[in-house]
Amino acid sequence: MQDTIKNLTERFGASNMIEKKPGLIFITIEQSKAISAVTYLRDIEGYTVLTLLTAVDWIEDNVFQLTYLLNNPEQITEIGLRVMIDREKAEMESAHHLWPNVEVYQRELKEMYGINFPGSPRIDENFILEGWNDKPPYRRDFDTKEYAENNFFPRPGRKTNDPAEYMKQKMYPNNPSDYTNKKYNPNR
Amino acid sequence: MEEERKDKFLAPENEIRQVAAPDGSIIEVDPLEDYFTQERPKPYKVRKGPVENFLNWARAESLWVLGFGTGCGSIEIPPLVTPRYDMFRFGVQMRATPRQSNVFIISGYLSVKTLKRVIRTYEQMPSPKYVMGLGSCTINGGMYFDSYNTINRLDHYLPVDVYIAGCMPRPEALLAGFAKLKELIKEGKGHKANEYVENFDWYKDNQKKVINDWNMPDYNW
Repeated sequence: MQDTIKNLTERFGASNMIEKKPGLIFITIEQSKAISAVTYLRDIEGYTVLTLLTAVDWIEDNVFQLTYLLNNPEQITEIGLRVMIDREKAEMESAHHLWPNVEVYQRELKEMYGINFPGSPRIDENFILEGWNDKPPYRRDFDTKEYAENNFFPRPGRKTNDPAEYMKQKMYPNNPSDYTNKKYNPNR
Repeated sequence: MEEERKDKFLAPENEIRQVAAPDGSIIEVDPLEDYFTQERPKPYKVRKGPVENFLNWARAESLWVLGFGTGCGSIEIPPLVTPRYDMFRFGVQMRATPRQSNVFIISGYLSVKTLKRVIRTYEQMPSPKYVMGLGSCTINGGMYFDSYNTINRLDHYLPVDVYIAGCMPRPEALLAGFAKLKELIKEGKGHKANEYVENFDWYKDNQKKVINDWNMPDYNW
């Protein structure tokens, strides 16, 4: 594991190593070197299983974070490769030649985040949504409530209660401060 | 006409194609023209007096439920068929195809993608037919009221006879819903299928507002 990290750092310029627990490491890598690092891990270091490929929308930093979570079944260790890509020009090299199932992840990311993977099979087809013509729904600047209100005929008269306030009124109607006095005690 | 067709981006099975006839000649098939009707739906005749009462009694006692689960609520339907709840004793039974059933249970949340299949299935059922909305999702969207992919009010897309509130309603609630539906039918209030036909344009407008890639025929019977 340590050798792998050392090689990743020296040969592929990986940085920001975070050890979540023994055998689970996250490491950030440049976009241009990501696929070669994934290939290296798969072919030489024995990280042969792609557990998942997912994305996070860091709208404040104007980037998408792609995470390739790779598993080594012999050592029982996992490495998460984090790749930061530009949010405006969301495009990433495809990895479908390494694992066939990446195709499905990439189609999902294209539909839900609008991240393009040129050359990936069936990337332009509908994945889950049919005929979607709005912003990709998992982007954080997509307002799902507003979309639902504009499209789905909301029934008027819907009320929402804050659960804490509501239970306070319900359980201690005469003296709401009792609620805060009785803190939850797991040992009681 | 051809240009309109292209805009619709039809499903592959609905595109014009060449087919070999039994005698070996090649013929062109246009599924929208040849396999589906071009006629608008017509309401069925509602009779009066004792005849109608008798028909309503008969309709109420033979409810055939279509086996189509749309959301999480469909898990409440299998127990109904087991000895514990046993809906057969109320004259309610399951059927696998829309052509042989007359009760459609929309069980829980309905995504836009499923709505498309639901509309198609509903239109294939023979009239008189009844729709039961199961769970709060069909009433006002329930816990998915702000989802980008699930509809809020079922009654804007299909005419609903009975709502069963809850999240999820238990099988007993479903049985109560069947009892209520029978009551409504016997009172002569079970003609929502005619309402659908009479307000057909309104329903179609609403359906097409949410289903952006309408790639199926407008009339599915």
